[in-house]
Amino acid sequence: MRSLIPVAVVVAIIVSAWYAATVVMNAQWTRDQAARAGVEIGFSELVADTMDQKRPRLPAPHQVGAEIWNTTVEKKVTSKRSLVFHAWVTLSATLLGFAIGTGLGILLAFGIVHDRAMDMGVMPWAIASQTVPILAIAPMIIVVLFSIGISGLLPKAIISAYLSFFPVVVGMVAGFRSPDPLQLDLMKTYNASKAHIFWKLRVPASMPFLFASLKIGIAASLVGAIVGELPTGAVAGLGTRLLAGSYYGQTIQIWSALLTAAALAAALVGLIGLVQRTTLVRMGMHR
Amino acid sequence: MKQAAIVANNLCLSFETNTGNIDALSNVSLEIEPGEFVSLIGPSGCGKTTFLRVVAALEAPTSGTVAVNGMSPDEARKARAYGYVFQAAGLYPWRTIAANVRLPLEVMGYRKSEWANRVGRVLELVDLQGFADRFPWQLSGGMQQRASIARALSFDAGILLMDEPFGALDEIVRDRLNEQLLRIWKNTEKTIGFVTHSIPEAVYLSTKIVVMSPRPGRIVDIIESPLPPERPLEIRDSPEFIAIAQRVRKGLREMHIE
Repeated sequence: MRSLIPVAVVVAIIVSAWYAATVVMNAQWTRDQAARAGVEIGFSELVADTMDQKRPRLPAPHQVGAEIWNTTVEKKVTSKRSLVFHAWVTLSATLLGFAIGTGLGILLAFGIVHDRAMDMGVMPWAIASQTVPILAIAPMIIVVLFSIGISGLLPKAIISAYLSFFPVVVGMVAGFRSPDPLQLDLMKTYNASKAHIFWKLRVPASMPFLFASLKIGIAASLVGAIVGELPTGAVAGLGTRLLAGSYYGQTIQIWSALLTAAALAAALVGLIGLVQRTTLVRMGMHR
Repeated sequence: MKQAAIVANNLCLSFETNTGNIDALSNVSLEIEPGEFVSLIGPSGCGKTTFLRVVAALEAPTSGTVAVNGMSPDEARKARAYGYVFQAAGLYPWRTIAANVRLPLEVMGYRKSEWANRVGRVLELVDLQGFADRFPWQLSGGMQQRASIARALSFDAGILLMDEPFGALDEIVRDRLNEQLLRIWKNTEKTIGFVTHSIPEAVYLSTKIVVMSPRPGRIVDIIESPLPPERPLEIRDSPEFIAIAQRVRKGLREMHIE
């Protein structure tokens, strides 16, 4: 209960700042409209109008809330206008990309830890891959894959994996290397095989690192999936909603897609946090 | 003739560092018979830990030879001839005490049916019967160290190498663990190589005390203890005990005058 108060305070501050910004940013349009109609408007009317425009520069929180309500609860899940439908499209690409990225990341980390050539050879490329703007290569990935007959979920998932493998590589290399010299010496005195050292020491020791990486990785996956929907003419997904919203000046639609994406990311990270807690508690590593 | 457990001949080891070579071991020759309890004592940097690590094949000597049960240290390591107890308990935090003690059994391929029996036996040996299912952080430092000794005893190695196992513990706990260790040694008839920098500990435990000096690390005195195998804690007030302690102290002091 006690932790609820600071959270509530922060939310209240954000919402009131948002409302204030709404008034400031939308006031010009209201004044222009009033001038055109030749009427004088008072301050309270001004404020009321800034929060009730059809295409505001910045929609008010309650407008976004209403839009989200309309496009989730009030619409059938299968409808093209349902946010749940679009969120699911993005989520499925996110999850597939996350699975590919995590698998690839762990595999690369395994190679880097066990093979000196890979240690020297792979890491610079992994780092270089992340310096390339994802927006620049996302269309190329889509086009190249389309030309060999792959379209739909997989191209988006690959873009998503492209972003999420990196934190997993970095985290898991650190994790696999986290056993201290004493723990390694102990295995040596048992004449333990590399496989034993890996499964009985490196893997369990890397668990806290794994979950930290997964939390960053899943958020990156979601970004990747949305970016994959932006420049590619996708017909569904949160990215499509963002793009369509900006084409038609539907700021309320943009913001509701944004907030949905944020809520989705928070839920995914929260879910991993839950798995992390239960796993580490069972391993005796969470007190 | 019985084969010696550990024989070191003119052992030298120098480490290269940025500030030049450090002679961690210089012409160290030592013979340890099966069933002996040998303590290596000396100030930091005298090479006592390094010697133990060379015997365990965790470090390679620059020159000289070591034989462990007639084998090279690396062969002995592969034959799993020794158990090693480190300065820190080094229990794996994700394993319960029983699972930690079981670790060498898993790695060395002991049959699963034997595990519970062996773990139970060594936990009893170190008085940790009730703690099998606890995690390491739930135990005190002394209990953790006892668990790490149990781990080194759980498999059949004739030699036990102990690197300042009680160094981080307070005197009261240390006394009790010393008594316990003597009992374990007597029950298991292992050969023990024990590194310490506590004079009473070395004299109380050992059948042979090796006094070492630093820069370069070398042996300055080897004392065969005349104390009987039965050693109550009070033996530390006996004249024989005090005489040995004085000789150790003298050995340790002489090298400071040089």
